[in-house]
Formats: sequence, structure tokens, C-alpha cells
Amino acid sequence: MPDATPSGLTIDTTKVPGIGTGGGRRGLLVTTILAIVLGLLLGAVLIVISEVMSGRGFDLAVPFKAYQALIEGSLKDARAIGSTLNIATPLILSGLAVTFGFRAGLFNIGGNGQFLMGAFFAAIVGAAPIFQGPLHMVLAILAGLLGGMLWGFIPGILKAWRGAHEVVTTIMLNYVAYLLLNELASRVFRDPTATFAKTRDVTADAQLPILIEGTRLHAGILVALLTAFLVWFLLFKTALGFEIRTVGINAFAARYAGMKAAFIAVLTMSLSGGLAGLGGAVENLGVTKGYPAEYIVNYGFDGIAVALLGRSHPFGVVGAAVLFGALRAGAGSMQRATGIPIDIITIVQAFIILFVAAEPVLRRAVPWLRSRRTPAASAAGA
Amino acid sequence: MAPITADASCKRGRRMMDRAVWRARLRRAARSRWTYVLIAIVAVMYITAALHTPWIGDFSDWVINRVPPISYLILAYAVPIALAAMCGIMCERSGVTNIGIEGMILTSAFVGFLAGAYLDPILGTPGAAIAAILFAILASMLLSALHAWLSISVKADQIISGTVIIILAYGGTAFFNQLLVSTTGLHGTKILPKFQVPHDIANLPVIGWIINAIFNQGPIAMSLVFIVILLHVLLFRSRWGLRTRAVGEHPKAADTVGIDVYFVRYRNVILGGIFAGLAGAFLTLEQFNSFQDQMTGGVGFIGLAAMIFGRWKPIGALLGALLFGAAQAMQIAARIPSSAPGGPLGAFIATVDPQIFGMIPYIITIVVLAGVVGRAIPPKADGIPYDKEARA
Repeated sequence: MPDATPSGLTIDTTKVPGIGTGGGRRGLLVTTILAIVLGLLLGAVLIVISEVMSGRGFDLAVPFKAYQALIEGSLKDARAIGSTLNIATPLILSGLAVTFGFRAGLFNIGGNGQFLMGAFFAAIVGAAPIFQGPLHMVLAILAGLLGGMLWGFIPGILKAWRGAHEVVTTIMLNYVAYLLLNELASRVFRDPTATFAKTRDVTADAQLPILIEGTRLHAGILVALLTAFLVWFLLFKTALGFEIRTVGINAFAARYAGMKAAFIAVLTMSLSGGLAGLGGAVENLGVTKGYPAEYIVNYGFDGIAVALLGRSHPFGVVGAAVLFGALRAGAGSMQRATGIPIDIITIVQAFIILFVAAEPVLRRAVPWLRSRRTPAASAAGA
Repeated sequence: MAPITADASCKRGRRMMDRAVWRARLRRAARSRWTYVLIAIVAVMYITAALHTPWIGDFSDWVINRVPPISYLILAYAVPIALAAMCGIMCERSGVTNIGIEGMILTSAFVGFLAGAYLDPILGTPGAAIAAILFAILASMLLSALHAWLSISVKADQIISGTVIIILAYGGTAFFNQLLVSTTGLHGTKILPKFQVPHDIANLPVIGWIINAIFNQGPIAMSLVFIVILLHVLLFRSRWGLRTRAVGEHPKAADTVGIDVYFVRYRNVILGGIFAGLAGAFLTLEQFNSFQDQMTGGVGFIGLAAMIFGRWKPIGALLGALLFGAAQAMQIAARIPSSAPGGPLGAFIATVDPQIFGMIPYIITIVVLAGVVGRAIPPKADGIPYDKEARA
């Protein structure tokens, strides 16, 4: 744990997670693809082992069948692609939330709570019959953004003001959000007509429209892509983004250059929370359409996985989220075709980020990556 | 080679000093106004309880008469939290952050369940459970070793390493649960039996309920208090403890006097896995005899909160875990008429959703971490990989 400065802001000179240990942009791409391939390979090994364990015998063809069914289930037709993109949408926004924190040297592990806040705020505003037309939808989305920002602001201000480490405060706030919203959805805002505890349905004009007839693809993906572009623009093309990245790489240097590190920490956590909240809003207005009590999601850790595989870059995050979205969309048809539990996808996901985290070992193990070490190139990021 | 030890001739003197320090502490405690405040509070509680004063009297009556019978419940809820906190203390005192404890507990709970189920026909009831505990601990130690390797040797970000372990545990246990348990209807071994405290002892005035709370438990829960005290003494009174704390506070200085920083960290993180393994074994071999996906429900994270609440000290963390356990037990107690408070207080609590009590521990942790009520300062090198070659 680093020293606390007189202002109370802890300063650490850690590197941004996920942007690699050298080798430039090409090296990053190669190690990322290597991590994905190795993750899928280990998944295949596990499939073979699980076949033996469940008494179906040793068969090397099963992993191929499984992955074939997986690809078909996620890319076969417009419907499949639509569901891949639908699943990818909240993953993109959660991944952007984590990336945004990473770039400022902050670890936002509270994506789950912020997602729930965003979903709840959007559900409440979306169900309120006071607005008409597309304005209602925009207001509901903005409400979600605001809910997430609120839940990101708390750890941000605690970090800047009291030096409380954001990892622990965000984990605690996840539980507070879950329990609080559970209470609100099952008592105060409960829909009296519903058979189980949930808030009232989002009205039709607040729902995100379906993009392509015959699929379930809703407009959330456009919101996610636009947000990814805006985050990229903010981080890499504006003075504020430069300050955020400087604080992330070396908070000491940033302070000596006259940047307000405490302010940046609060702003970054709020915006990061807002991005996760936006994910909640989009998912709620497009898919769930009302906040159910005991709403259990896992977007906090999923966001970290997506941000790591996306190498803490907004466009990388989009790619990683689509990959994970495809894995999940196809998991069902894989299970139907081969009987392998869908949770294999989570394991593959864990293996992939394990290899991303163990990148230095990967670099040492693969000879043609070893010679290309230019540490300075990676420090600048993209 | 023994760099930092008191040599034999010093030990007697040190003991005498310790004794003098304790005498001084007791004297100071006796003179302190907090002692009088405490006595006054206890007196007020007993008087109001006897007079059945509304609100205050209800609360006193509740604490004095209605909580003791369910006190074993508080400890039972606190066990996995406290063990997770011990794992966290082992790691963080030596300078390695470990948020993957949740995943380790989940994995060992599943492995313990599976081992118990498979070994039951071979070893019989208590034997299978004991062997299963060992398997659970082994599984947790393997994951700890992965975390140690990633965070000490590879010098990966330790939060990310913990995240990998959590996702791996969520996926791995769900995968094999569906493959080996849900579809085959595999039954776990019988849960470890609870020790029954003799009625005469359990009904003793004043201390009876404390004895009942500690000993009316299965073997893992019963040993919790002793594990915590042992770890506390070792951490602050042994060579191992001194080295651990030195490595966690200032690894460079520890390295300079000849302590192998990497070795100490590896050892602590892997041994810390024992506690997470015990917590997992407690869930599926002592509390329930079944396994559900994500059944840990965040005890690993709450354990970290208890650790912070206890300022990275084992006994403090146990108190934190008991507080969190009490908050969970209260959710249940509020629903049972015989253990809920009476009078207007009881009527008020009945209107509040029990989940609100569940939020209290998390909010307290945030308040403690923010230093509003006494500041929590972690070990100085916590979470920073040690690089032998790095300058300063």
C-alpha cells in the first residue's frame, strides 16, 4: 500500500493492468491471440477429461464437435448474431467501466453494484408514465448513467478524501446496492400486479427499439459502440484524457505537473461507475424491462475479464466483449449438441485472462516474442 | 543464522517486562473512565430490563435474555467469515493482497463435498468427512500456490490474479457440479456431528451461554477461537510472525538483514490457503451436506472486510466476523418470535425488512476504511510485488 499524501490521496506508481510488458502494439496483438488460443486449447483438454469422468469414454473428436456447435450457435444466422451482440452489449459497457478506471490507476471492482444501480434507476424512470416518445427512452438511459455515477462517486470521494482503497469500498458497495435495491424493488417500488417481486414494466416508448426484424437485437449495441468511441476520444484525444492517463501511469509526476490527482480520482470513479450504470440501463431497457428483486448478475468480474483481454483499450474492449458474447450465445447450442455444461465457457474465460495476466511468462516461453522488447513503447499505450 | 531473535539471556528480562507492561495496562484500565462507562451501561441494561422500560428496556431484555439461546448461530455464521479473514491476514501481513479467497472457499467447499461423497462408501461416516477436509484444504492450497506464483514470481497485478481465481472457481465448480452431482444425484457424506454441551454447564449463569456458543458446534467451528488466538500469538510473538510483518511492511529492509522475501511470501500465501480450505470444508461438511453453485455468497469478501475491521489482527478480525455473523443471525432472529425483541422495539423491527440488517456490516466496513471512526491502515507493502533488483 502506497504512502498517503497530505491531501489524503494515495499515490502509487503502478502500471496500467493489461497493456502488457513491452513489445509494442504488434506484440500485444500476438500475445492476446496466443492467450485466446491457449485458453480454448485448455478448454478442449478439459472437455476430453470431463467426457472420461462422466463415463462417455475417451474421444478426441468431442472438443471439435463442441466448438463447432458453439460457433454455429453464435454466428449461424441473423438471430444467432443478434443474440451474440445483445450479450456483448452490457459486457462492452462493463469492460469500458473497468478500462476507464485502469487508465487512471484505479481498480473499479464495483461494476456489479453500479450496474444494478443503473438498471434500477433506468427501470424506475422507464416505468414512470410522465414522459412520452423517444425522450422517455433517453431520460431513462441518462437516469441509469446517473445511478451508476452515484455509486462510483462514493468510492471516488472516499479515495480522494480519506485514502480508502477503492477495491474494498467498491466490493462492499456491491452488497449494499444489491440489498438496498432488493428491498426497494420488493417493497417500495413493487409492481402490485406482478406475481413475483419486481418493479413495474418499462413502458413501450422507453424500451430500446429492435434493430432488425426477426431478431432480438436491440439498439443497446449502438449505445455501447458510441460510448466506446466517446471513451476512446476522451482518453486519447483530449487534455482531460491525457491527465487521466498521466495519473494512471505516474501519479507523482502528474502532481508535479500541476494536475489535480484527487479531482481526477473522483471524476474517473464517477465516470467509470456511470459507464457500468449505462450497461445496467441498456440491459434493462432492452432485455429485462423492469427491475426484479434478487437480481443477480456478475458484470463486475466479467468487466474485468473483458477489460484485460481488451488490453485496457476501448476498441480492444469491444472486440473482447464480442468474443465473450459469442462464447456465451453459443454455449446453449453446444450443451444441446454435446451435453457439455455451459459453464465450460466461464472456465475458458478464466484461462484466457490467466494467460493475459501471466504475459511475462508467455513472452519468455515463446522465442520469437523474446527479441522484441521495447518497454518504452508499451508505456505510452495506444 | 538468526538475524532478529532475542538471545536466551534476554528472554527472562523480556518476560518480566511483558508482565510489567500488562500490570500497567490493567492499572490504567481500572482507572480509565471507559471502565466506569461500561459498568454504567451494563447496570442500566439490567435495571431497564427488569423494569420493562419501553425501547431501552426492550433492547436490554433482548440482549440479556433472548440473544444467548441463539448465540451459537452467530458463531456459526462467523466461522467462514473469520477463517477467510485469517487467510487474508496471512497473505496481507506478508504483503500479498488476496481477493481470490472467495474462489478458494468455493472450490474447497466443492472438493470437500465431492471427496466426502466418493469416500463415504469406503471410509464410513466420520472417516470420510475427515479425509474430505484434507482434500478441501489441499484444493485451496493449490489455488493459493497459483495466486502466489502469479503475484510473487510473475509479479502480475494481484487483484487480477485474485479475479482469475474467482472466475475459475465460479466456472469450475459449476461445471463439475453439473457434470458429476446434479445429473447423477450424488449425495454428500453425513455432516460432522455437533458437540452437545451438558445441560448443567450450559445453564450456568452469566458464562453458560458463552460456553454454549463456543462448544455447541461441530469440530471446525469449535476450533475457530483457538485457531484465531494461536495465530494472533504467533503473529506478534514468534520469529515467523516478526519476519512476516517485516516482509509486509518493508521488504527491502527484511531482505537486507537476510530474510528471503519471496520464500516468506510464498509460504504465507500457501499456508493461508489452509484457512480458506477449512472455511470451504465447514460449508459443505459441517453446516450443510450439499453443494450449490456460488453457495459462498461473498463470505470471502466479507472476510476481507472483517480483516480490515480488525486492523489486520486475528483477534480483531474475529470480533469483526462475529459482528457480521450477528448481523446475519439477526435477519433470522427477527423472524422468530422467541428470539426477536419485544415491546415497541419489537413492533418497530417487525416493520423493517430483515435485509436492512444485512447492509449494516458493509456500511460499517466502508466507514472504518474511510477512517471516520478510527483509521484502518494496511501493511505498508501490501499488494506491491517485491523486485529484488529494483532501486529503493
